[in-house]
Amino acid sequence: MQTNVLEYLENIIGKVPDKIAYADDTNEVTFKEVYNNSRAIGTYLYKMGHYKEPIMVFMGKHPSTIITFYGVIYAGCFYVPIDEEMPRHRIELIFENVKPRAVICDHKTVKVMETFDYKGNVYLYDEIIKTSPNEKVLNLVREKQIDTDPIYIVFTSGSTGIPKGVVACHRSVIDYIDNLTAVLKIDENAIFGNQTPLYVDACLKELYSTLKFGATTYIIPKHLFMFPLKLVEFMNEKKINTICWVVSALTIISSFGTFEKAVPKYLKTVAFGSEVFPIKQFKLWRKYLPDARFINLYGPTECTGMSCYYEVDRDFELDEAIPIGRPFKNTDIILLNEEDKPAKEGEVGEICIRGTSLTLGYYNNFEKTSEVFVQNPLNNSYPELIYRTGDLGKYNERGELVFVSRKDNQIKHMGHRIELGEIETVANMHPEIKSACCIFDDVSKKIILYYVGDISEADVATYMKDKLPRYMIPNLTKKLDRMPLTANGKIDRVLLKSLNK
Amino acid sequence: MEKVIEILKSLHPDVDFENCTTLIDDKIIDSFDIVTLISELSDEFDVNIPVEEIVPENFNSAKAIYELIKRLQEDE
Repeated sequence: MQTNVLEYLENIIGKVPDKIAYADDTNEVTFKEVYNNSRAIGTYLYKMGHYKEPIMVFMGKHPSTIITFYGVIYAGCFYVPIDEEMPRHRIELIFENVKPRAVICDHKTVKVMETFDYKGNVYLYDEIIKTSPNEKVLNLVREKQIDTDPIYIVFTSGSTGIPKGVVACHRSVIDYIDNLTAVLKIDENAIFGNQTPLYVDACLKELYSTLKFGATTYIIPKHLFMFPLKLVEFMNEKKINTICWVVSALTIISSFGTFEKAVPKYLKTVAFGSEVFPIKQFKLWRKYLPDARFINLYGPTECTGMSCYYEVDRDFELDEAIPIGRPFKNTDIILLNEEDKPAKEGEVGEICIRGTSLTLGYYNNFEKTSEVFVQNPLNNSYPELIYRTGDLGKYNERGELVFVSRKDNQIKHMGHRIELGEIETVANMHPEIKSACCIFDDVSKKIILYYVGDISEADVATYMKDKLPRYMIPNLTKKLDRMPLTANGKIDRVLLKSLNK
Repeated sequence: MEKVIEILKSLHPDVDFENCTTLIDDKIIDSFDIVTLISELSDEFDVNIPVEEIVPENFNSAKAIYELIKRLQEDE
């Protein structure tokens, strides 16, 4: 039985050593390079005394970053990816939570790292890959390792203003990748076009599927997602046949009439998720790629990646939503109503997930972990955890699971999961802001921040950019003379939402 | 030209759009901004911006955007 994700790499290295594993527009690495360099990093880290601890990976979005992830796992440690574009404040919060003894940087980020008040070790990628891999060290690490040991921490938005670090282990990633690749029908001929950032769980789909099958992943340069024709040209040049993108990236192509000029003609598998796909846009994709398979994926970071899938097998009306379908093999969904009883047919309930795919919880945060990783209320005989997603869903008449709404103020924007409360907390931290409320306009898909205080909209915008990642910055910032309140004295969100109409 | 700057300012009130000529190169506007920008420009100036015009050169400055709009209006 496979107990380590690196076995994927070790199984494939003899078969396709010289094939390109990962590439972007300027660099490419073969499986042999991935193998040698990650084992070099593993050896180096272990010899420097790092073992069973978090290692920060603060690098740009390129193939060497992926190699570094595997290197960290070779050392028996777990990687914590940090994006070069993350604002200082967020990076500092993550450092506070993780307290890493070491950070791995590239040439560009090592200069940024120098500006932080950080006392631990800073290692440079180009230097540490010069280490010669030590078989004995790597075997020692492997012998002691079990499949419930963690391999990464990724951070997700937290409503109190502090991001939460989700810790996942070998077992849940293996379970996820085996079942995901079966649904997507991945084989050695897959050529992935990666869109999602390396610091979220979404990229597991390309990273580990590529290792498992000896496929190839091209990291698509981020700026191409502004220029649809150039994006399609890149996809055709690299013969990309499989994509797992957020819906907003797909609609950037379909909404500007791109298909009339160019079609990503090699595409065979289009997986999408994280957001509702507007049917009008979806129909365009299907019209121009009639032979491709379209698969809706659904799942929270807390359950490793995706938990449910639906392969589109029929037409949808403009006001219909594409179902999230059914759980992957070895994952179970239970819908719980407000009494924590199974929802009846057609009744709305909270989507709760059961299975090996559950991650280990939030790093250094037992309190938040125990709020959502809870004892299955349908079982009072032995310990059994389920994850409460906070998403409400129901079964349609065909027996397919359909997403209905959120229980709280969490939203999905440009594929990112965001707690509006986190944006409000940051706004309220500013000394001149007396009150702040953030809403999401579902029609225009804009995050709107309303505030009261003696500060200009431009200064608020500058301040927010300094504190929050790009995708969380309000698209509109509006100053109010006073905050509308409900009879109970709470901020009137409903009224604020109607202001933008 | 003022209208273009006004639309840009609604996206990023803190940026000096009168003088900035590296909106794309310096990642000041991102893919979400492009989507909003194109829909608002199309509405405001009643033009259709074809996909082949959605290239970095046409969006690097307020002036470049304005020139694009002018050119499209003349073509119609």
